[in-house]
Amino acid sequence: MNEKMNCNRALGIDIGSTTAKIVFTVDDKILYERYERHFSEALGKTLEMLASIKELLQEAPFTMAISGSAGLGVSEASGLPFVQEVYATGQFIQRDIPDASVVIELGGEDAKVLFFKGGTDARMNGTCAGGTGAFIDQMASLLDMSITEMDAASLEATRLYPIASRCGVFAKTDVQALFNQGATKNDVAASIYQAVVSQTITGLAQGRSIEGKVVFLGGPLYYCEGLRRSFRETLELTEETGYLPDCARFSVARGAAIYSAANEPISYQEMTDKLVRGSQNKTETRAHIATLFKSDEEYELFRDRHAQHTVKSIPIEEYEGRAWLGIDSGSTTTKLVLISEDKELLYSYYNVNKGSPMQIVHEQLKQLRRLCADRIEICGAATTGYGEALIQNAFHADMGLVETIAHFTAARHFEPEVDFILDIGGQDIKCFYIKNGAIDSIMLNEACSSGCGSFLETFAHSMGYEVDEFAKLGIKSRSPVDLGSRCTVFMNSSIKQAQKDGARIEDISAGLSISVVKNAIYKVIRAASPDDLGEHIVVQGGTLLNDAVLRAFEQEMGRDVVRPVIAGLMGAFGAAIYAQEHCDESSLLSLEELENFTHKSRTGSCKLCSNNCNLTINTFADGGRFISGNQCQRPLGIKVEKKLPNLYEWKREYFKNMKGKPGPRGKIGIPMSLAIYEQAPLWLELFTQLGYEVVFSELSTRQTYERGQFSIPSDTICYPAKIMHGHVDELLDQGIELIFYPSLTYNINEKAGDNHYNCPIVAYYGETINGNMDSLADINFFYPYLNINSERALSRTLHRHMKEIDPTISRFEMRKAVHAGFKAFEKYKDEVRQAGQAALDYAEEHDHRVLVLAGRPYHVDPEICHGIDRLATSLGFVVVSEDSVCDLATNIKTRVLNQWTYHARLYRAALFAAEHENVELVQLFSFGCGVDAITSDEVRSILENRGKLYTQIKIDDISNLGAVRIRLRSLIGALEAKDGDSN
Amino acid sequence: MATATNKYYVQFTEDMKEDYTILVPNMLPAHFKLICNFMNTYGYHMELLETDGPEITELGLRYVHNDACYPAILVIGQFLDALMSGKYDPHKTALIYFQTGGGCRASNYISLLRKALEKAGFGYVPVISFSFSDLEEHPGFKLSIKQLLGLLDAVLYGDLLWILVNQTKPYEINTGAADALEEEWITRLGERIGADSKLILRHSKNLAREIIRDFAAIPKEKRNAVKVGIVGEIYVKYAPLGNNNLVDFLNKEGAEVTTPGLLDFLTYCAYNGIVDKNFYGRGGIYYLGSKIAYWYLCRKKRDLITLLEEEGSFDAPCPFEHVVALNDGYISNGVKMGEGWLLTSEMLELADSGIKNIVCVQPFGCLPNHVCGKGMMRPIKERNPDINIVAVDYDPGASKVNQENRLKLMLSTARDRL
Repeated sequence: MNEKMNCNRALGIDIGSTTAKIVFTVDDKILYERYERHFSEALGKTLEMLASIKELLQEAPFTMAISGSAGLGVSEASGLPFVQEVYATGQFIQRDIPDASVVIELGGEDAKVLFFKGGTDARMNGTCAGGTGAFIDQMASLLDMSITEMDAASLEATRLYPIASRCGVFAKTDVQALFNQGATKNDVAASIYQAVVSQTITGLAQGRSIEGKVVFLGGPLYYCEGLRRSFRETLELTEETGYLPDCARFSVARGAAIYSAANEPISYQEMTDKLVRGSQNKTETRAHIATLFKSDEEYELFRDRHAQHTVKSIPIEEYEGRAWLGIDSGSTTTKLVLISEDKELLYSYYNVNKGSPMQIVHEQLKQLRRLCADRIEICGAATTGYGEALIQNAFHADMGLVETIAHFTAARHFEPEVDFILDIGGQDIKCFYIKNGAIDSIMLNEACSSGCGSFLETFAHSMGYEVDEFAKLGIKSRSPVDLGSRCTVFMNSSIKQAQKDGARIEDISAGLSISVVKNAIYKVIRAASPDDLGEHIVVQGGTLLNDAVLRAFEQEMGRDVVRPVIAGLMGAFGAAIYAQEHCDESSLLSLEELENFTHKSRTGSCKLCSNNCNLTINTFADGGRFISGNQCQRPLGIKVEKKLPNLYEWKREYFKNMKGKPGPRGKIGIPMSLAIYEQAPLWLELFTQLGYEVVFSELSTRQTYERGQFSIPSDTICYPAKIMHGHVDELLDQGIELIFYPSLTYNINEKAGDNHYNCPIVAYYGETINGNMDSLADINFFYPYLNINSERALSRTLHRHMKEIDPTISRFEMRKAVHAGFKAFEKYKDEVRQAGQAALDYAEEHDHRVLVLAGRPYHVDPEICHGIDRLATSLGFVVVSEDSVCDLATNIKTRVLNQWTYHARLYRAALFAAEHENVELVQLFSFGCGVDAITSDEVRSILENRGKLYTQIKIDDISNLGAVRIRLRSLIGALEAKDGDSN
Repeated sequence: MATATNKYYVQFTEDMKEDYTILVPNMLPAHFKLICNFMNTYGYHMELLETDGPEITELGLRYVHNDACYPAILVIGQFLDALMSGKYDPHKTALIYFQTGGGCRASNYISLLRKALEKAGFGYVPVISFSFSDLEEHPGFKLSIKQLLGLLDAVLYGDLLWILVNQTKPYEINTGAADALEEEWITRLGERIGADSKLILRHSKNLAREIIRDFAAIPKEKRNAVKVGIVGEIYVKYAPLGNNNLVDFLNKEGAEVTTPGLLDFLTYCAYNGIVDKNFYGRGGIYYLGSKIAYWYLCRKKRDLITLLEEEGSFDAPCPFEHVVALNDGYISNGVKMGEGWLLTSEMLELADSGIKNIVCVQPFGCLPNHVCGKGMMRPIKERNPDINIVAVDYDPGASKVNQENRLKLMLSTARDRL
């Protein structure tokens, strides 16, 4: 035995967020390694794994070290040595794969990129970029597949869909929308992997190129061939340069073993003693929050109270007569309800989609038709939910209605005086205030906090529970964990923390329920007290069927609420009632037609305009077709009688037609992004006068974003800023050697507020571009600090800067050019106002509603607003922009500091909308726009204080119009109800 | 729904000065304690809020838009927590909020605070906005030049103590010695600054020397500690509540911490007045005032440096004139929202003085930091290959484990290079 001086036996333990790994080596040779999921019993699993090699370990003392995110807590509690996991990986790589230049390591909830050549550096995912292994797990369960099945499916893919890559919640929204459109699982699986790849590259590489020998580590990369393939294809790597070592899963544990060599040897007994003792006298560090139920009796009382809100049901076999059907095809679940003349429940169905809502509805309808036979006549069928249009078209349902109206209809049935409805579904939180029998204002969760309901479910599955079981555990919890109230991706990390602190599964379950509720109350409703909500609150949606969630809501609000027994079926129930109110005869497919029903979906892209939307074309047995994915009505073959005025479209045309002309001084490139979306006429004229040929980049497409994504340094910045990288890259590609983007602390002073700043991003993004785009080194990227409020100041400063580029430019020339530039700028702004006026006149004349789509000038970019303006015109709105109408309103005193030029326009546009009949306002809010966190409340109060509805749409790189459609249609629904009232 | 009122704000009147308690949010413990002690010698009743706990964040989230900056959520949460605690009579309490103004959304904190107060039923509580571009009138809170200079003194001494404590703590043999000495001096200084109107650092160099000597005399062990600099958004950079006790964490890991002082930020604000003239042609009295302030503040910092160098046991910071020039070639001095170019300069200043390990902290989604913090890391790393920067985001939902993991990674690299 030679363990004394130079111990050759080493143990590495890596306890991650979802798995535990141990490696035991003697003389650096691996004698044992093991990898297992620990289902949040981190320490127990580790001890069990260690016990299985007890004999081996007992032979002699060994050195050891613990690593991993959950390992940190174990190490602290036991006093055993710890090594940071990235550091451990570094140790392993440097010894075993010294020629590696980059390591990509994906773990349960961590993603890391380590650079070894050219300045070592390590990047870990930030607070926002969520988990990757956990994300893949989540997606797999959404697809109802095991990881292996999903991987196999991805290899069969024929096309990729764009899926938001920023965080799991967004991606999930996209995936669900794809399913509802009928995309195949194979393609979705591959698209998910591609999203992980983009996320890793944008989020972590942040401008450093990944090249040379790239090593893949961690469980997900080890198990998923499709994921490796995506990485290799994207990074242009071969099998050699995109290398997967045999021990990819054990790299951290191996590194820990290597690192441990410097530690004192320890015996098996001593180690396990420490581990066990550590787990016992662990101090409670985690935050406690109130328990849901203090005793079982309390729970019984609670259950009895809620059992009162019931609906009478009649066995379908015993009923004879007329009936109405409601189908709610939600994002994760499908619900069907058949009601009698007296609104009794004849039949209901509630189940998870498992990725194919069409098939489920088909099966259900067949069964229903059989059950009804000749006794029951279905007199009307209405569809609602995400899949509303598809289902309506496929099965010839009589009508489709927006889900908010469906829910309101149902809630009114249970509580005629209802004044507030909260619905927490699979991935949406919806809530609406009811005033005077109509929906008064609607709040939907922003893309960032969605997924709450399905998060509970996915999490339950990942812990090896069914969601019901998991929720029941929460009821028993006597010390719930505080998991915060931000988005669910953050909760993953909080859970990690709780696990580290040794939280029990029931406490996590209760904590999750409380978090879901807090999300709804503080993020979506933004209520401060129960009085903010209303007297008669009805809650519904599948997630609120869960007693723990319901209880958390009542506790948080401090009042009892009504939860109908059929809380999960409310959408379908409402649709059925709606059908009853509106239909006497139904065109729903008969049993025979249903027997012969087939459904095929294929994908293609629309060639009708330059937008090239990805279309999913569903074909049905009767020859019917349903197309989705389109941003406008054209591929549907519907001739829009006359195009309604749309200022967004008008502006895009304006910018598209803006071209420089060849000049003696060469070319100057200007990226069409951020402030340029307004100032283009100014700079075009100015530089043309100076003798430059101005070259603007094209309006953005998805590709514009993708070509620039490698150099974006901050993954939480707004999309309009991110996209600028692509614009500059495009100009570089054209060989332009002088690129201009002005740095403007101050925008134009429109004398409408306390000051006239730009936001920090619009003002200084040139600095970020300059610092992060390598390719600019060889050209002149020109981003001078300018004052555009005075011709004199501008010509003086710009002249000073331009002299360095071309000394022949005279002061006189510059003055003339600046003067001409400003004239062109004024002219443009006049034209915008005139176009706005013309649109308003048109609306007046033809009796159309006007929609002020209020954002910032750059929101007209097709890739930034994703066709929301076209959607609005297709729904019958005349669309105007905020800057085209804001001068029609007076200045307004705001309660916030009104100091940004663009945002001051929002307030005036809101006032304009508030003061005019038939004019509505929808605020566009770029994700990550900090300034809008301040403006949105103010715009809301300007509108609501004057009796108008406020609607906000958060936009990012996702282009799913489904949610936007719901909002706009709900808005229309609410307006119609209001009109009906006043008539 | 709350309705808009025409009343823009509640004034802090002269009568209120008598018996109102003015609550002060805690950003920099030493500095703000000194400021309170100093102001109280003029008959105010200022109290520094040193509370923490999850209720603060919870209240903040409840009454402030959740996408607002984390510092606003925390400070407003802390105020509301205090008002609701029963410890103060809300009808005899005023709040004070320091802000700099400018194009960052931070200049809206006061509005957010007032909205939150109104929503929580404390609409009557006066909020004193303390800023350099002050537009509001508070008859009960008017500062004379003498008082302003006294406040500046408090900042200077605060910075001095900050430097001394940070450079002593990791090495002290008797744990807690540096903190205890700091506490002692805060009490002594607070009274002295108020009582002795002549106590501007120039006149009281001896006092400063005494402080430095006192700290030098604390018994220290000799060891080679990892040196870590903290830069970033001003609130999370300094406030333990904002950064989960970052300094303590780093100290526990055996690191010595350096954070550029508050004086630098004030000087930066003054310098921006000069930039406005040079870049945008905004001259006049504002420019003149900025120039004088800039000159004066720079001199104060040089005094501080001289005193530290004279004694010799501690590392002194760089003169501000040097800091101003460091960002040349990285970012323009025109970037003046939030911490602006100063943030970039501070990273370079740290690197320049041999502190290669840097934590850049920011609230999640901090707008200016996209440009001057995260946006500048790449060029900084490229031109200073030995620099070891980690960016850490703070927000109500961020998990401490994640933050600590990143910090530990930075520390392991730092130890490797030691």
